[in-house]
Amino acid sequence: MGLLSKKDAALIKDPLFDNNPITVQVLGICSALAITAKLEAAIVMAISVLFVLSLGNVIISLMRNIIPSKIRIIVQLVVAAALVIVVDLVLKAYAYNLSKTLSVFVGLIITNCIIMGRFEAFALANSPWKSFLDGIGNSLGYGVILIIVAFFRELLGTGALMGHQILGDPVKKTGLYALGYENNGFMLLAPMALIVLGIVIWVQRSKNPKLIEENK
Amino acid sequence: MSLKDKLHQLKLKYQGTKMEPLFNAFHTFLYTPNEVTKTGSHIRVVDDLKRTMNMVVLALVPILIFSMFNTGYQHYLALGQVDYATDGFFSPNFWNLNNFIVGFKTIMPLVLVSYIVGLGVEFYFAMKKGHEVEEGYLVTGMLVPLIVPVDIPLWMLAIAVIFGVVIGKEVFGGTGMNILNPALTIRAFLFFSYPTWMSGDKVWIHGLAERTDGISGETILGSLAQGKDVAYGVKEMFYGFIPGSVGETSTLLILLAGLFLIFTKIGSWRIMLSTVLGALVMGLLFNWIAPSMEGTKFYDLMSTPFWQHLLIGGFAFGTVFMATDPVTATQTTKGKWIYGFLIGLMSILIRVFNPAYPEGVMLAILLMNVFAPTIDHIIVGKNIKKRLNRLKVKTT
Repeated sequence: MGLLSKKDAALIKDPLFDNNPITVQVLGICSALAITAKLEAAIVMAISVLFVLSLGNVIISLMRNIIPSKIRIIVQLVVAAALVIVVDLVLKAYAYNLSKTLSVFVGLIITNCIIMGRFEAFALANSPWKSFLDGIGNSLGYGVILIIVAFFRELLGTGALMGHQILGDPVKKTGLYALGYENNGFMLLAPMALIVLGIVIWVQRSKNPKLIEENK
Repeated sequence: MSLKDKLHQLKLKYQGTKMEPLFNAFHTFLYTPNEVTKTGSHIRVVDDLKRTMNMVVLALVPILIFSMFNTGYQHYLALGQVDYATDGFFSPNFWNLNNFIVGFKTIMPLVLVSYIVGLGVEFYFAMKKGHEVEEGYLVTGMLVPLIVPVDIPLWMLAIAVIFGVVIGKEVFGGTGMNILNPALTIRAFLFFSYPTWMSGDKVWIHGLAERTDGISGETILGSLAQGKDVAYGVKEMFYGFIPGSVGETSTLLILLAGLFLIFTKIGSWRIMLSTVLGALVMGLLFNWIAPSMEGTKFYDLMSTPFWQHLLIGGFAFGTVFMATDPVTATQTTKGKWIYGFLIGLMSILIRVFNPAYPEGVMLAILLMNVFAPTIDHIIVGKNIKKRLNRLKVKTT
C-alpha cells in the first residue's frame, strides 16, 4: 500500500485479522447469527455497515471537539440512526426483496456494538482521515467473517450460493443429489451459525497463537 | 513377542515423535500400560474408566442382538410376510433366523460406521494433543447406532459422529470434560439436520422409505400425536415388538440392563428412579386434567395411562443409558434426585405439548445436561453455608 503510511495501513489491516471485531473482540455477534443464512444478505449487510461505520466515524471525528462528553452517547446514536435510515431507504428503493430478507436487521445496525464501539473508542479521539480508515478496516473485518459464515451456511444448508443451485437440484435429484446427498437443515438455524463462527475462531487462533488467552 | 510388548517397544522406539501418541493410544486402548504406579499410591480400585465402559457395552449387547431380530421382524411384518408374535416374549415368529439376517445386515454397518469414524476422530485428537486415547467413545459408539432410525444413510451418521465427537466433546477437552452427552449430541444433530430421515412414518421400519405402496409404520408416539389408534398391545410395548429407533423398543431388556448397571454400581439408581418418578408425576397430572382437554389435539397423549409413558418411545433407554451418564449428570446426591426428576417431568411435557417433536426424552436430557452444573453449584453452596453456620453456633 504505497498510498498509506505504515500506521494508516495498520488501521485497516489490524481489524481484518489480529483484532477482528467479531472473532477477537466478539462484537456484533447478533447480526452475524441472524443474517448469515444467505450469502447475498450477508454481503449487503457488510456493505451497509461499511457505509454507516466509515461515514459515521468521519462525522463523529469532525464533531469530536464540540460534543459535550455528557451527551456524547446520544449524539453518536443520532448520527448512527440517521445513516442507518439512509441505508434502509436506499435498500427499500433499489433492492426491495433484499430489504425484506434483511427485515429489521438493517434498522438494528444502530445497535450493532461495533458501530458504537468504534465511535466511542476511536472516532472521538482521532482525526477524520484516521477515523475513516478505522471505519473501513473494522467494517471489512466484520464483513469478511459474515461472508465466510454465510458461504458455508448457504452452501451446506441449501446447496446454493447467491441463490444459484451449484450442487445440483435437490428436487429433481441431479448433480450431487443424485448420489444421495442432502441439504443440512441445521445449517439454516441460528445455533449452527454460532458453531460455524466458533470454528472460524478456532481456526484463526490455531494459526495465530498470539490470540490465545492465558488460562488463569 | 506378544502384541502388548510389541506396542510397548514401538512406543519407546518412536518416543518424542508425532507417532508416539498413536502407538501409545493403541497400547493403552488394548492393555494396561507398562508404566503403572509402583509405590506410594494410596487408592487402588478395579473401577478404571475402561472397566466402567466395558460394563455398559456389555449391558448393551443383548439389546443390540434383540434390535437385530426386531428390525427383521418389523420389516417382514410390514410386508405381511410374518405373523404377529402373539405367544409371549419367546415367540418363534420373532426369534427366527430370517429376522436376524435382515437386522444384522442393516445394523452392523451402523455400528461399524459409528465406531470407525468416532474412534478415528478420537485417535486423531490423541495424536494432535499428544496424550493417550480416551475410552469414552467405546460406549458412545455403541449407543449411537441404537438411537437412530434403521435406514439412516451411513454418510449422515458419519458426519453426525464427527460433529458430535469434535463439537460435543473434544472442544471441551475430551472425555470427562463434555457438557452434553455426546451420543445425544449426535442424535440431535441428525434430528435438526435431516428431519425427513429422523421422523415421520416411513423411517422406523427397514425398507419402507423406498417403497411407494403406502405401507407406513408409525411409532406409538407418532400415532398418538396424530390422533390415530395404536395398533400395539401393552405386552408388545413391554417386550419391544414395536417400531422405533433401533435399540430403544424393548423396555424389558432395558430394565434388565438397568438392574445390571445398578448392581455393578455403574449407573446411578437415584437418577433412574427419580427420572421414572418425574415421568409418572407428569403423566398423572396430565391424566387428571385430560378430561377437560377433550377435543384438543393434545387429548390422545394426555389421556394415555400414565404408566404407559414408561413403555413407549425412548424413555426407558434414555433413563438407563443417557440420563445416568456420569460425566454430564449431576454429581451430588441431592442433585441427582432433582436432575432425574426434572428429566422425567420435561420428557413427558415435551411429548404431550410439542407435536413437532413426538419424543421429548432427547431434548429433556440435553436440557438438563446444561443445567446439571448449576444444580450442583447451588447444592454445594448451600452445604457450605450450612456448615459455616454450624461453625458459628459452635464458636459463639
